[in-house]
Amino acid sequence: MGVVIVAEKCTGCKLCIASCPYAAIDMVGNVAVLNEKCTDCCACLESCNVEAIIFEGTRREREIDLSQFADVWVVAEQREAKLMRVTKELLGKGRELVEAKGERLCSVLIGSGVGHLAKELFEHGADVVHVAEAEELSSYRTGPYSKVLSELIIEHRPDVVLFGATTIGRDLAPRVANRIQTGLTADCTGLEIEADTGALLQTRPAFGGNIMATIVCPRSRPQMSTVRPGVMAMAERQAGRRGELVQKEVKLRRADLTTEIVKVIKGEKRHVNLEEAKVIVSGGRGLGGPENFKLVEELASLLGGEVGASRASVDSGWIDSSHQVGQTGKTVRPRLYIACGISGAIQHLAGMECSETIVSINKDADAPIHKIADFSIVADLHKVLPVLIEELKGVGKGSPSEG
Amino acid sequence: MRIIVPVKQVPNTTDVRIDPKTGTLIREGVESIVNPEDLNAVEEGLKLREAHGGEVIVVSMGPPQAEEALREVLAMGVDEAYLLTDKALAGADTLATAYSLSRAIRSIGEFDVVICGRQAIDGDTAQVGPQLAEFLKLPQITYVSKVDIEDGNVLAERLLEDGTEVVRAKLPALLTVTKEVNRPRYPTMGGIRAAHREKEIHSWGAEDFKAEPWRIGLDGSPTWVKKTFSPPPKAPGQALKGTPKEMGQELVRRLTEKNLI
Repeated sequence: MGVVIVAEKCTGCKLCIASCPYAAIDMVGNVAVLNEKCTDCCACLESCNVEAIIFEGTRREREIDLSQFADVWVVAEQREAKLMRVTKELLGKGRELVEAKGERLCSVLIGSGVGHLAKELFEHGADVVHVAEAEELSSYRTGPYSKVLSELIIEHRPDVVLFGATTIGRDLAPRVANRIQTGLTADCTGLEIEADTGALLQTRPAFGGNIMATIVCPRSRPQMSTVRPGVMAMAERQAGRRGELVQKEVKLRRADLTTEIVKVIKGEKRHVNLEEAKVIVSGGRGLGGPENFKLVEELASLLGGEVGASRASVDSGWIDSSHQVGQTGKTVRPRLYIACGISGAIQHLAGMECSETIVSINKDADAPIHKIADFSIVADLHKVLPVLIEELKGVGKGSPSEG
Repeated sequence: MRIIVPVKQVPNTTDVRIDPKTGTLIREGVESIVNPEDLNAVEEGLKLREAHGGEVIVVSMGPPQAEEALREVLAMGVDEAYLLTDKALAGADTLATAYSLSRAIRSIGEFDVVICGRQAIDGDTAQVGPQLAEFLKLPQITYVSKVDIEDGNVLAERLLEDGTEVVRAKLPALLTVTKEVNRPRYPTMGGIRAAHREKEIHSWGAEDFKAEPWRIGLDGSPTWVKKTFSPPPKAPGQALKGTPKEMGQELVRRLTEKNLI
C-alpha cells in the first residue's frame, strides 16, 4: 500500500528522483526504486510522464507519528543582508509558544554573506540558528529557497514553522508546505498553543476582516503559518545572548534555479516603509488639497515617522499610492497612528485598526474614525496640526525613543 | 499559446455586514461575483492571446451555481470553461484545492502559461497559486504587475514591499497577478450572447479529472477550521475637550505620558 513504482513501466528517466523531497528514490540498474525514506508524500506522482508511479489504496495508510516533531522554527527574512522587523516579531511570539511547549526556538537563515545575522537572531531569542549560505541564494528566489528550506524541515522535523506574511514569505511558504504535504495557514494575527492537545491554534481574519477563524492542522506536521507583519510584539534584544549555530550544506541543481532576477527597481521617490514604521501620520480627504500634506509630512518628520494616506487622498492624486493604508493598500501596526482628516471607511480601518495607539483628528464628530481612536479630537485639523508641530518643536523631541 | 486561468466565484465581501445584535455575518442578499483579481488574470490571458494567438481556458472549482461566474468570463472572450463540481470536493483547503486544479489542468492537456489572481477576497490566502505551481512543477512568479512574453520566456514585474523586481522564467510558468496588472474589460453584447448560446461549460466530477479520492475535499485537507467568531471590540477611547490649542497640548502631554513621543 502507498506509493508504488511499476518497474515494467519505468523508463529510467530519473525525473522522479529530482522531484522527491526526501531522497527516497534510487536508481537500481535502469529502474527507479523506493527506499526506506519514502513517506508516501506523493510528490513524485506528478513527475512521472509514463504513469509508472502510482498510489495504491484509497487513503494514507501510514498515520504520521506527531510525537516525532518538536521545536518552533522561525524562517528569518533578510533583504540585502538586513534582518526584517517581522523576523523579530516572530521570535517574540515564538518564545511564547516554546515556553508553552517546553521546546527550543530555532531560526533558519538563508542567503549569501548573511552569517553575521545569526548573532542578532540569538540576541532576539533563538536557541539554534540553521544557516544556509550560497551564491545562488543571495536574493530571494522561490526555487532554491524552497529546496533548501524543505530539506532542513525534513531533516530536523520541527513541530511549528513560522514565516512573515510578506511578498517573500507568502511566495515561499505555500511552495514548501506543498512539497512536504502539510498544512499552511495564511496571514495569521493570533497564534497560541492549545493547553490540552499542544496543537497550534492559528487565528486569522477572513471575509475582509469581518470574521475571525481559528485554524488547526490536526494530522500532519509541521504546523505552518505565515504571520501578518506588525501584529506580534517584537522580541526584546538581550545583548550578548548566544546559541547554537548549525551550518547547512547547500547543494543546488540547475533545475532548482528556474527563475532569474533581471533587475530590481526600488520604490519611487522616498522609500516608504509603512509596515516597519513605529509612527505613522496619515492624511485624508479632510486635508482639502495636496498642499496640506506638508503639515502631515512635517508632523511625521518631527515624530520620526512615515506619511500614510487614505484611499480618498490617493485617488484624488494628492499623494503617491505607495503611502496608501487600508484594505487595498498597506496593513500597518505602528505604535502611534495619527489620522488627520480621515473619516474611517471600513476599508481604511482594516489596514490600521491594530495600531497600538490611534489618534483621530477630524471636525466631523460622527466620523467612524473617532469610534476606534484612543484619543479623538473633534476639530479642524488645520488648527490642531500647527499646535502639535509647535508643541513638539518646543519639547525638543526630534524622534521617538528606540522601542 | 494555450493559457489556463483558474477563477473563483466569491461572495462580495464589501457587502458583508455584521449583525450588531448577534455579532454574526449577514449572508443574505450578498451577491456572488468573480473574484476581482481573477478578472485581472482573465484579462491578462486575453491580452496575451491577442498578441500571440492561441486560446484562453478557465477552470473553476465550486458549486453548480459557479457556472454564472464562468458565463461572465466567457462573455469577456474566454474560449473554454471547465467547472469542477462534486460534493466530494467540498471543504477543501488550499492544498486540496490546488491538487484538484492541478489534476484538472493536466487532464485538459498541454499549456504554456497558468495565470492566477493573487488572492481571493473571501479567504485572502494567496496560497493556491504557489501550491498549484508546485503540483505542476512549474516556476512561479507571484505579485505580478506587468507581463511580457518573448522567445518562450516570461518577463514579469513582481511587486515587493519596497519596490519592484523584474523576474524572468522559461515557459511553461505560473503567474499570480495583482490588480495593478491591467483593467479588466467589460463583456460585450456579442460576448454575452456567445457565452450563453454558443459556448459550453464542461462540468467535471472528481472522477473526470482522475483525482485521488483521499486527496480532495475536507478529507484531503491538512488544515481544518476549528471555530469562527466576530473580531473583539476595542476598549472605548477618550474624546479630548477644549479649544484646538488646548486639545493639541493635551494630546502631546498624553502621548508623552505613554512614552509614544
